[in-house]
Amino acid sequence: MTGKKSPWGSGGGDTPPKSDGGKPQGDGPTEPAPPAEGPRNPWLPPQAADAPQKRGPNIEDIFRARKGGGGGGGGGKGPTMPRLPQRPDGKSWAPVGIALVIAIWLGTSMVHRIAPQEKGVVTTFGAYSRTLDNGMAVTLPWPIQSVSVQDVTSIRRESIPEGDGEKLMLTGDQNLVDLTYLVRWNIKDLKQYMFQLAEPDQTVREVAEAAMRQSIAEVTLNDAMGSGRQQIEQNVRDRMQKVLDAYRSGVSIQGVDIKKTDPPTKVVDAFKDVLAAQQDAQSDINQAQAWAQQLTARAGGEATAFDKVYEQYKLAPEVTRRRMYYETMERVLSKTDKVILETNNVQSYLPLPEMKRTQVTKPAEGGN
Amino acid sequence: MSFLQNLWAEQKAAIVTVAVALVAAASCVKVVDEKTQAVVVRLGQPERVVNRFRPDVEFGQTGAGLVWRIPFMEQVVEVDRRILDLDMERQQVLSADQRRLEVDAFARFRIIDPVRMVQTAGTTERVAEQLQPILNSALRQELGKRTFGSLLTADRGRAMEQIRAGLDREAREYGAQIIDVRIKRADLPEGSPLESAFTRMATARQQEAATLRAQGQKTAQIIRATAEATAAKTYADAFNKDPAFYDFYRAMQSYDATFSQKGSSTSIVLSPDNEYLRQFKGK
Repeated sequence: MTGKKSPWGSGGGDTPPKSDGGKPQGDGPTEPAPPAEGPRNPWLPPQAADAPQKRGPNIEDIFRARKGGGGGGGGGKGPTMPRLPQRPDGKSWAPVGIALVIAIWLGTSMVHRIAPQEKGVVTTFGAYSRTLDNGMAVTLPWPIQSVSVQDVTSIRRESIPEGDGEKLMLTGDQNLVDLTYLVRWNIKDLKQYMFQLAEPDQTVREVAEAAMRQSIAEVTLNDAMGSGRQQIEQNVRDRMQKVLDAYRSGVSIQGVDIKKTDPPTKVVDAFKDVLAAQQDAQSDINQAQAWAQQLTARAGGEATAFDKVYEQYKLAPEVTRRRMYYETMERVLSKTDKVILETNNVQSYLPLPEMKRTQVTKPAEGGN
Repeated sequence: MSFLQNLWAEQKAAIVTVAVALVAAASCVKVVDEKTQAVVVRLGQPERVVNRFRPDVEFGQTGAGLVWRIPFMEQVVEVDRRILDLDMERQQVLSADQRRLEVDAFARFRIIDPVRMVQTAGTTERVAEQLQPILNSALRQELGKRTFGSLLTADRGRAMEQIRAGLDREAREYGAQIIDVRIKRADLPEGSPLESAFTRMATARQQEAATLRAQGQKTAQIIRATAEATAAKTYADAFNKDPAFYDFYRAMQSYDATFSQKGSSTSIVLSPDNEYLRQFKGK
C-alpha cells in the first residue's frame, strides 16, 4: 500500500484534494514509510520530500503547503482562505461554483413538481398564499416562498390497536369485547391539515378511540359481536368526522372497518360452549323430527294397509275372514311343534314346564 | 489569481456593507408562520400581538409573515396557534355506585389570548402542565357523580360537556380555550373488578348454554309427542271404522309376529275341539 504511487502523481492540480480525503488520512502523518519512488505529490511541500511519504494529502498538509509557498502556486497571499484548484486555462473555479450553487438553489426552490395525488401549500414568509394542484408550479425562491407537498388523495390507514394485543372495551351491558379496527382517512383540506392541529395524525387516532369506545358503550355485547357491526362502523365514522370537522382539521374519514370482535380470551371457552349448546339443541331437535317422521309414516302406512284390507273385507266379510284366519294359522302352525290331544285325558301327562305355558291354543279359539 | 480573492480585494467595502445590512435586517425581522402567533415584547412589556387566532379569518389573511421589530428593544415570543393536545394521565375514577373505572381522557385546547398566556404561564407546555391537574380533578369529580352504567352510555356526552365547561373557565386564566374534552378509554381496572367481570360474562354464557340445551330438549320432546298424537289419530281414524274387524285383523298380525318368527321354538298343544281343527274332524 504505502509503496504504491500516489494517486495524485499524474493528476496534476486539477482534481479537488478533498475528494480523496478519507482514506489517506487514516495512514497518519507520523507513520513511517519507505520513501516514494514515483512522482511526488504536488500538494505536499518540497521540504516534505525527506519526511515520511504519504499516499495523499490531508487538510492540514494543504494549509501547511500553502504557507510554505509550494504546490499550486500563488500561496501565501490569503492566509486562511481555502482555495479551489484552478481550471486548465488558469482561471478559478469559484465563479462557476457560485453560479452552480445559485442555480441549484433557484431550481430546487422555485420549480416544483406536484404529483397527481399530491397538493402543495405555498407560504410567503410563513403566511399561507395558495395551494398548488398537481403539475409543475413556479414560486419565488426559498427564503421568500416555500412549498410543502403532501399526499392528499391516497388513503392513510390507522390500525388500532397497533400490536396484536388484546384490546378490551366495555359494552353497554357492561361486558368486555376484544375489538380491533382500522380507520381510513385522507386529507380533504391541506392548509387546515397543516396549520390547524399540532398533531393531526395523533388526533385522528385519539378521536377514533374515543368515538369507538363511545359507540361500543351504546350497544350490547351481542350486537357488537354480531349484527350491529355495520351500524357501529357507520356511527364511529360519523362521530369522528363531526369532531374532526369541529377541530377544522381538514381530515376526511373515509371509513372505519372493524377487523375482529372477539370475546376476551379468558371467557372464550364459555362462548364456545354456547355455540356447542346451540348445536346440541339443534341436533336434539333433528333427532326428534326424524323419529316423528318415522312414526307418522308408519302410522299412515298401517292405516292405509288396514283400509285396503277392510275395503275387500266389506265386499265379502265371512269368506275373507276365514281365509285370513286359515292363512295365518297355516303360517303359525307350520313353523311350530304341534301336539293334538284330547284335553280331558292329557292334563296329567304333561310334565314339561314350558308345556304348561303353552296355552297358545286359546287365542286360536278366540279367533273364532 | 483567485476569483474570490480578487472579488474580496476589489469589493471589500461593498461586501462588508451588504453583510452588515443583512445582519441588521435579520435582527429587525422575524418570520411568523401560520402555525404561530407572536407577542412582541418591548423591554419586558407585551407590546402587540401578531397573527392572533381568530376563528373567522381565513389562512393567508391572518397577519402571518414578516414581523418588524426594533433590535435589542423588542423580543418576539412565539406562541403556538394550533390546537394543542392536553393528555391526561390514566387514572382511577370512582363512580357514584362505588365502582372503579380506569379513565384515559384528553382535552384539546388553543391559546386565544397569547399576551395573557405569556404573562401567566410563559410557554404552552406550562399551560398544559397547569391545566392537567385541573382536568384530572374535574374528571374525577364529574364522573364521581354518575353511576357506572350511565358513564358508559349516553350520559357520558353530557358529563364531558360539563367537564369541558369547567376546565374552560380555568383555562381562560391562561389565555387558553378548551375546545373539547373526551374520554379516550374507560376500562375496568386490572385485578378483581376485571376478574369479576370475566366471571360474570362466563357464567352468563354458561347460563345461556344451559338454556339453549334445555330449550332444544323441550322442543324435541314436543315434536315427539305431537308425532305420537298424530299417529294415534291416524290409527284411530282408520281402525274405528270397524273395531271388530280390527280386532281380528290385528290378532292375525299378532300371531304372525309372535309365533311364526324364525327360530321360535314354540310348541302348541291343540285340542281336537279347537276351531281350527273343526274340519279336521270331518264334521
